Amino acid sequence: MTQPILELKNIHSGYGSIKALKGVSIRVMPGEVVAIIGANGAGKSTTLMTICGIIAAEQGEVWYDGRMINKVSPEKLPTLGLCQVPEGRRIFPRLSVEENLILGAFYRNDTEAIAKDIQHAYEMFPILGERCNQEGGTLSGGEQQMLAIARALMTKPKVLLLDEPSLGLAPIIVQQIFDIIERINKEDGTTILLVEQNANLALQAAARGYVMETGEISLEDDADALLNNPKIREAYLGE
Amino acid sequence: MIQEFKKVIKSYVIGMLWLLGLLWPMLGIHPDGTLTFQKTVTVWSYIVAGSFVCLLIYVMKNSGALDFVAKPLAGVSSNLKSASNTLPTWVWIVVILVAACLYPQFTNRYATDVAINVLLYICLGLGLNVVVGLAGMLDLGYIAFYGVGAYTYALLNTVYGVGFWFSLPACALTACIAGCIVGYPTLRMRGDYLAIVTLGFGEIIRLILNNWMSVTNGPNGILGIDRISWFRFVFEDGMTFEHMWVKKLQLFYYFALGLAVFTAIGVNRLNYSRVGRAWESIREDETAAELMGVNTFIYKLLAYAMGAVFAGLAGAFFAARMKFVSPESFTFLESAMVLCMVVLGGMGSIPGIILGVMALIALPEVFREFEAYRMLVFGATMIIMMLFRPAGLIPAKRMGTRSEEKEG
Amino acid sequence: MEYFIQQLINGLTLGGMYALIALGYTMVYGVIQLINFAHGEFFAAGGYIGAIVLAYFAGVGYMESHPIICLTASFMIAMAYCAYLAIGVEKIAYKPLRKQSRLSALLSALGMSIFLSNGMMLTQGVYDAIYPSELFQGRFDFGMISVSYLQVTIVTLTAALLVGLNILVFKTKIGMAMRATAQDKTMSALVAISSNRIISLTFAIGAGLAASAGIMYGLYYGSVKYDMGFVPGIKAFAAAVLGGIGNITGAMLGGLIIGMVEIFGAGYISGEYKDVFAFIILIAVLYFKPTGIMGENIDDTRV
Repeated sequence: MTQPILELKNIHSGYGSIKALKGVSIRVMPGEVVAIIGANGAGKSTTLMTICGIIAAEQGEVWYDGRMINKVSPEKLPTLGLCQVPEGRRIFPRLSVEENLILGAFYRNDTEAIAKDIQHAYEMFPILGERCNQEGGTLSGGEQQMLAIARALMTKPKVLLLDEPSLGLAPIIVQQIFDIIERINKEDGTTILLVEQNANLALQAAARGYVMETGEISLEDDADALLNNPKIREAYLGE
Repeated sequence: MIQEFKKVIKSYVIGMLWLLGLLWPMLGIHPDGTLTFQKTVTVWSYIVAGSFVCLLIYVMKNSGALDFVAKPLAGVSSNLKSASNTLPTWVWIVVILVAACLYPQFTNRYATDVAINVLLYICLGLGLNVVVGLAGMLDLGYIAFYGVGAYTYALLNTVYGVGFWFSLPACALTACIAGCIVGYPTLRMRGDYLAIVTLGFGEIIRLILNNWMSVTNGPNGILGIDRISWFRFVFEDGMTFEHMWVKKLQLFYYFALGLAVFTAIGVNRLNYSRVGRAWESIREDETAAELMGVNTFIYKLLAYAMGAVFAGLAGAFFAARMKFVSPESFTFLESAMVLCMVVLGGMGSIPGIILGVMALIALPEVFREFEAYRMLVFGATMIIMMLFRPAGLIPAKRMGTRSEEKEG
Repeated sequence: MEYFIQQLINGLTLGGMYALIALGYTMVYGVIQLINFAHGEFFAAGGYIGAIVLAYFAGVGYMESHPIICLTASFMIAMAYCAYLAIGVEKIAYKPLRKQSRLSALLSALGMSIFLSNGMMLTQGVYDAIYPSELFQGRFDFGMISVSYLQVTIVTLTAALLVGLNILVFKTKIGMAMRATAQDKTMSALVAISSNRIISLTFAIGAGLAASAGIMYGLYYGSVKYDMGFVPGIKAFAAAVLGGIGNITGAMLGGLIIGMVEIFGAGYISGEYKDVFAFIILIAVLYFKPTGIMGENIDDTRV
């Protein structure tokens, strides 16, 4: 069995006195798509922010690509190939689309390859090419989500963390976004850890899934099994 | 402990080398075309030695190596605290008041002079505390109200010959009006913008005092202001009305003490009143306060006005004490100093502010030979307090975070 | 009319200096939402270092043989020194307070301002440090209007610095990273931008510009003093607010406006109250249009 590329071992973290995560353990294998589903406030986003070091883990270890990254400062992680598309997309609102993309490649110095990657991003998301000089803040929600993903891809990630990519988007756009996520996984072999409230979509896209409840992992299984699990269907799929 | 030390030593060494780099151009390059290192290294090594001792103590304290000293000390302080809690507050107040009353009887003229200074600054600090500590609005132009009070008495006295006690309400009134004038346009602002605007207003008032030659006599100031007068009714041939000047410094001390006590009581009453609670709610979260029906506009204006009134009263005493006022006494640096006292002592805490004033006015008098370093130490104190003890020496009991503090 | 144009040129000279100082305020505010009270002291320190270096060169005797090189060197040294100073100040007094309340950081900045100006007083003395006046003796004369070489130099240099800054901020990758950090620090960390470095860089650039303004001030008025940072600092802050704090173009424009208002106010209304005009503008702007003339929408709490 191969080593997991990303592994959380008994992570505890939180905001000040509020404990958001109480012993979360997650394993992600290379090339996998893994989904974390759960209700609002279960600690899904906190998990991703703890992986990226934005919130410090109080206890437990985060392992990535064979090394422990608890003490690695957040801005080093993209250079190691671990990148996050955070909740709410967080486009730089007063930078143009192109500048947003260039900043995705901030740590890279290979100018030509960056230019090529930008072209590639415009091919993948034609709408961004049309709006390359527009300020990020003026894009629609779906376009912003595309830009956020494209920007993350500019860091050449091995593991991509996606936080609620469907949040606040029209169903047709959501479908587009998930198609793209699948394509990134298939074409580039990028490992994807997906956090979603929309459990149905997430489990369809993922190979495995974790269910999170109040800061703990309550269930872990193959995505299909979770989709067919009557409890999950009742609690998260509205049946 | 070695571990702890290793953690900080690297940044300490870098910091000290950085400092050396900053010091040398200022001390080592001479206009006669020579470069020297002697003086820089001397000054630097003093700083290094001093800060190293502080660092060592700090690290030892953190790693518990000083427990053999710290534990008994903590025991003593907690004993003191419990003692101070068992004794009702009024006992302490009485003890302090008695000590304050007896003070001039046992000290010389100079010490009384310093004490008067301390008392006036206590009034100023407590007044500023209403604005900063209670209502949570940073005011950097506070000294202007002090100036307005001082000039009001100076002008009333020198031009119209009005006595001190009759001028006092007028001083309070003009300061109050000035407070409202400054307060009214600034109330829409919050946080740092408010700070900078009050600073601007403070400077405007000073500039007006400085330039309005026909009234204020400009930078030369106003001379020959009367001392505080003491009225005496004489019933010999009919009822006349005589006054004598308070010549003795001691008497003035008691007046100043009276003012300080009055201010302390006033601020304390305000703090625990309905108004005080409104201010507190504004300080904690202005939007929420407004939604809960607190008329934030009126209360913020009131905070300004009250703060200004206390400053105006203190200003009148200042003018009577010095018998001379000039714009020099009301610069931004004075505002910063008063603010520094409030911050050092603990915003919102009356005993804290009294302690802060004592620390910043009385201590420099003790270390007179280091007079030149006084402001340097002020600045450093402010930074160090913010870094290590932002709530002040004696933190206020009701303390919370402001709405703008939570945001990033 | 001649008088008017003459004043316009004077206003341009002064306004350029204010613009250079205002940029430091506005950039720092943009990145960490702090009014850097010590910024005026960077300006004064720059003026002092310029005086020290020029005096040293004069003492060695280079001044007579290579005045231009000496002047360039003094600018370089002063700017580097202040950048170095500013990075140190940020690390000591502001960085540990970044997660604390804004009031703490503001008070710390105030303390730093007092500390620095008194540090300068203790090392340099309470008297003015004199700038050599023999530089730039000549004047251009156009009829009734006369422009000194010094003014031409100051305006040219200011313009060059402003253009350079604009290129840096709007055309380079590092400038992009600065703007990104100002907009969203967490997200910029997620794309590998180290906010600590960007903040240090911002302080360094701001202080460097202030230092250049300090030397210009020294050359223009003939001397510098340890407490000279305060009033120009506040005026420059007024300029930054007028332009919309956080906005670089706004700060440049604001600086020019404040300089013009001050010169014209002094020329046509009253010389004694020239300092008051800047404060009145500051208050009026904050009252009527807190976002400034070029301002972006800022959060309620920042106003």
